[in-house]
Amino acid sequence: MFSDQPVLKIKELYKKYDEREVLHGISLEVKKGEVLVMVGPSGCGKSTLLRCLNGLEPIDSGDIELNGESIIFGKIRWNLVRQRIGMVFQSYDLFPHMTVLENILLGPLKAQKRGRAEVAGEAKTYLDRVGLLDRWDSYPNQLSGGQRQRVAIVRALCMNPEIMLFDEVTASLDPEMVREVLDVMLGLAVRGLTMLIVTHEMAFARAVADRVIFMDEGIIVENESPANFFENPATDRARKFLNIFYFDGVKKGPG
Amino acid sequence: MLDSAFSVFSQGRNFARIVEGLWVTLEISAVSVLLSLILGLIAGLIMTAKETLGATAIRLYFELIRFTPILVLLYLFYYSLSRAWGINLDAKVVAILVFTLWGTAEMADLVRGAVTSISVHQRESGLALGLNESQINHYIVIPLAVRRLIPGVINLTTRMIKTTPYIFFINVPELIKVGQQVVELTGFKNKLASFWVYGFIFFIYFMVCFPISRYSSYLEKKWGG
Repeated sequence: MFSDQPVLKIKELYKKYDEREVLHGISLEVKKGEVLVMVGPSGCGKSTLLRCLNGLEPIDSGDIELNGESIIFGKIRWNLVRQRIGMVFQSYDLFPHMTVLENILLGPLKAQKRGRAEVAGEAKTYLDRVGLLDRWDSYPNQLSGGQRQRVAIVRALCMNPEIMLFDEVTASLDPEMVREVLDVMLGLAVRGLTMLIVTHEMAFARAVADRVIFMDEGIIVENESPANFFENPATDRARKFLNIFYFDGVKKGPG
Repeated sequence: MLDSAFSVFSQGRNFARIVEGLWVTLEISAVSVLLSLILGLIAGLIMTAKETLGATAIRLYFELIRFTPILVLLYLFYYSLSRAWGINLDAKVVAILVFTLWGTAEMADLVRGAVTSISVHQRESGLALGLNESQINHYIVIPLAVRRLIPGVINLTTRMIKTTPYIFFINVPELIKVGQQVVELTGFKNKLASFWVYGFIFFIYFMVCFPISRYSSYLEKKWGG
């Protein structure tokens, strides 16, 4: 189903903050077109791992390969690497002094030096797809949180990245806006975009994932199909984690 | 009643002197504001750069200046220097020196506030788009900092203009000093002289500061959010 060459290959990645080890030897592959969803308790290292992948956090040892080339060893120019890795953050921060379209064009025009007409056309196609074409000239403070996050996704997409990283992109949104953002991501998955998603939305994880990665205390505990992970988690830790999301019904007996 | 106003302003060079006083006020304000903006920008950027001995020294020095009454500084530079060491500075020079010292301290603090208020997320969003450091500064940090800075800078400008009457105390012939002299000259015969002169000065300050302040609120509204 997926081509053999992994888009992203993480080998024995270790990361410490001061003396505290947050990632203990993470190894992982993401193939082209694959959607990996990472779940796990807060502080398990999943967000840190994403930040290591595009160099926002330095790593202590191990290697990361993007389409077969190491982005750790040798003379790495992170700004060039980051042009190939899209990232969307939890804080839906657009640049407040730029319109929606200017936000989207900044990276392609200034970092990638592409032509304005070409990128603007592409930006409008993506904006249309996320239902915000009529807002291209709005400023971020005129948009809701969910709309801003959809623009942030388009902003990352217009760089034509080889892989997209999503770091809890719905965690700061009001509940009624979560759905519109998740629907956009589902649409991207259907179109075959390679994605690595950190989320706490379990129903979404199950729907969108080709594989679910369960992390706890800085290691990958499970790497499973969503059906296996959600129906028959292999480990106690995963079972305990999943139990957080289910409620037993409370039946009131006769008083 | 208007006759009395006319008689005050038409007598001798009274009106011309008030205009000259206004000119002195504006001159000292403008020079001090301009110098403060330039020096404060530099000092503020040094303060936001990495924690160095220089940055700490600048901060301590400015805290000292910001919390000292202007009048004390004026006296210190005007009277004490000449008494103790025989250094005689022109009153206008002292005025500009003291206002620049104070304005620079305030401006540096504004710059520091504006730059540090730009969230780390903005910078990281820029990094994630593959922009390099200088592109991030050019397209994101500086435009945002300037927008956050301008209302404060305008506010500081009106504060400096409104504080210039202090130089009255070191005998600079600014607006209020001149006004007082005009009142002394004409007030003996004309009971309304003081009302007209200070009323006029009130009006002048308002006409100078109000448009500046309105412009600031306009910018704040335009760039808000």
